[in-house]
Amino acid sequence: MHEMGIAMQVVKIAADSIPEHIQNPRVEQVNLKIGKLSSVVPDSLRFCFEVITKGTPLEGAVLNIDVAPVVARCRDCGMEWTIEDAVFRCKECNSGSVEVISGRELDIISIEIAD
Amino acid sequence: MEVDVARKILDTNDAHAGQNRERFAAAGVFVLNMMSSPGSGKTTLLEKTLVRIMPKIRCGVIVGDICTTNDADRLARSGAPVTQINTDAFGGDCHLAAHVIGKAADAFDLENLDLLIVENIGNLVCPAEFDIGENARTVVLSVTEGEDKPAKYPHMFRKCDSAVLNKTDLLPYLDFDMAAAEGFIHQVHPDMPIFQLSAKTEEGLSPWLNWLTTQVAENRSAR
Repeated sequence: MHEMGIAMQVVKIAADSIPEHIQNPRVEQVNLKIGKLSSVVPDSLRFCFEVITKGTPLEGAVLNIDVAPVVARCRDCGMEWTIEDAVFRCKECNSGSVEVISGRELDIISIEIAD
Repeated sequence: MEVDVARKILDTNDAHAGQNRERFAAAGVFVLNMMSSPGSGKTTLLEKTLVRIMPKIRCGVIVGDICTTNDADRLARSGAPVTQINTDAFGGDCHLAAHVIGKAADAFDLENLDLLIVENIGNLVCPAEFDIGENARTVVLSVTEGEDKPAKYPHMFRKCDSAVLNKTDLLPYLDFDMAAAEGFIHQVHPDMPIFQLSAKTEEGLSPWLNWLTTQVAENRSAR
């Protein structure tokens, strides 16, 4: 539901990242990393991105979304595993002291500009 | 040509949240972010909470809604200073962002508050993503909702520090499975404190108030 706000931030950060010396820049690709635990729906984000980039250097750019799995680590026994079904309890020792080490990402990694 | 960016998409919000947090800490006010689906009974819970803990604990409330000032009007009767944020009259934002909270906080004399409660916009998805500079988060779930909501919205239930299961006075009329609901909450967030209560009848209110007032007291003594 907040994908429009996220898309606006992506566009702002991407536009700010275009080197100043490039004349009439055209961004072809925007590479994002989004964790599965961050409540972002990739298709909604793509739709919002398409709508708000019209008439900007990002118009027509492809939004590549690398979806990061939710990886947890047990604070008690050190076990690391990928969480698929929203159960945050250690598979090895049943401890509830679990930290999420990946899966919350909401990052813009890079942009690709036409030569 | 590839240009490295390597930034968090929400870094602007995070920066505002950090500023809020410093400001709240300097004033010694404890900030609670309350979140839930629409209609879970947050406002009623807050009304009852304020009546019980004031004036011993000096409270202020920021209420977020897409539209109307109804909730703020209800809460203002407690005597607590209340600021309403409307994100937009027709649609609007689905969450309160940190800069919005920072602006709303200007309306309060923070130095003379112990507790600032933010009643976030009713939504179990978006508010979980936006840090507002709070000290703690509570999610309110009512027994008229599905027991499996925690498994459907794991991000919200992971992020929060306590959960309220509200409207327990309705249990005789519902098929709600309390043990299953608690099981789903603890599956997503083991050991999270859960308070079963009815804000309407005030049954079960005390453990919730104890938790909240303990948090505020610890914040005060940490100064």
